[in-house]
Amino acid sequence: MSRRKAYYANKIKRAVHLLFYRKHRKPGVKGWELRKALGSDYPKVLKVLDKHLKPFDLQVKTVFEGEKSPEKPTLDQLNKARFCITLRGELTPKEAKMMGWRIDDLAGLAVTIAYIMSKKGKATRKEVQELLQNKLPGWKVGINIDRYIRYGYLMQDENEQLYLDWRTHTEVDQKALIDLVLSTET
Amino acid sequence: MQSKRTRTKLGREKLQRIIEMCASVEKRSLDPFLMDVDEVISVVKEYFPEWELPEDLCLDAETIHHLASVIKLQSEWVKHRSTSLYTDPFLLEEKLTRISKEDIVNIFVKAWHPTVELEQISIHSLAEAIKYWKSLLPLNERWKQLFPEEIKTGLATREELIRQRFMRDTAFSEELEKFWHKLKGEVEEKGENGKIRYWNFIGAETYEETVHKAFMTSFLVTYGYATLEIYPLEEEMFIKPYEKPLTKIGEKQLVSIPIAITAEHWMKWKRGELNE
Repeated sequence: MSRRKAYYANKIKRAVHLLFYRKHRKPGVKGWELRKALGSDYPKVLKVLDKHLKPFDLQVKTVFEGEKSPEKPTLDQLNKARFCITLRGELTPKEAKMMGWRIDDLAGLAVTIAYIMSKKGKATRKEVQELLQNKLPGWKVGINIDRYIRYGYLMQDENEQLYLDWRTHTEVDQKALIDLVLSTET
Repeated sequence: MQSKRTRTKLGREKLQRIIEMCASVEKRSLDPFLMDVDEVISVVKEYFPEWELPEDLCLDAETIHHLASVIKLQSEWVKHRSTSLYTDPFLLEEKLTRISKEDIVNIFVKAWHPTVELEQISIHSLAEAIKYWKSLLPLNERWKQLFPEEIKTGLATREELIRQRFMRDTAFSEELEKFWHKLKGEVEEKGENGKIRYWNFIGAETYEETVHKAFMTSFLVTYGYATLEIYPLEEEMFIKPYEKPLTKIGEKQLVSIPIAITAEHWMKWKRGELNE
């Protein structure tokens, strides 16, 4: 192995440790943490790692601060961004079940996210509860919303307004979700 | 011709109304385009020369501040509509209510890429743990035995115990009797057919007092001083005092009736929106 290859192999290993093992309350690592651990060429290391992860249907996901992802991010934007490993492709509903999600809970989450997105990213808890009550038993609705908040898919302010939280921004392709909902024949 | 005083008063009222309208657009997420900005600016301009007092100038500044917030909301609204993420909320809501659970899950899993995260022990964390364990002092060194300070004991007076809430100034049974007489008095005064609406009896000026009254009422019912009459279909609940306390409690199967006394219920009662 050439010295250069060995150098990158070492850094990729280190990046895997940092990205896979949970260090903080939220999964993933900030760009500045990676820079500190891997050096200033960490974006390149992550690019190589992403390539290695492709056959396993995984990817290195970059979640930028703010709502929009820049097309050509600057180093400063990368340093402030959060990096984590997510699934590259799609799960089947059966696989989602195996991950501990009941179909009702997952359907409730999908409806909640789509609804909040349509309301410019914020909706009152009452509105969401009313929407979910169409399909879920009343006693379960509040429990489910609290669960989505606990997992980081939603957040709630003191006025009981719900917003999309970090996990939705990390895991859900919001545009694809809306397009798919709208294109479904009901 | 309006006098200067009347005109100033009218101007103030108009600015107050504008501020309220702006605030309701901001707080209730109403359509910011409900507000005609040009018209508001013309009102602000019209009355600006009238203002002499600092309070009036502050009111003018506040109006401009709120108006700026509404304009910001309008700009965000336009930005959102122009993005590819914009969809008609009504259309989407309609779709979401019609779509089946299975379909929405099938759609969601196509757009969902869950995070991979492991919560396992690693060699690195094991090494860290061993390092920590080695540097950890034994318990007997960390927790030096502390001997409690000797405190001189003395006698407390009855008043002191009442003040520190170890003792009540009246016995509970005495307090309960008083409360029962109060209920009877209120039934005579405001009740009908020897009973009174539950909330009309327990409702008080403060939430704390209401909770306390509900607490005492529960004892009145449990100890046979009164009974509850519940009409579930009409969603009405009455409390009816007995002439004499029942002594044969326990012969029948007792049932517990949970009644929520939330701050929300209390607010509703205060506003006269609660039937009970």
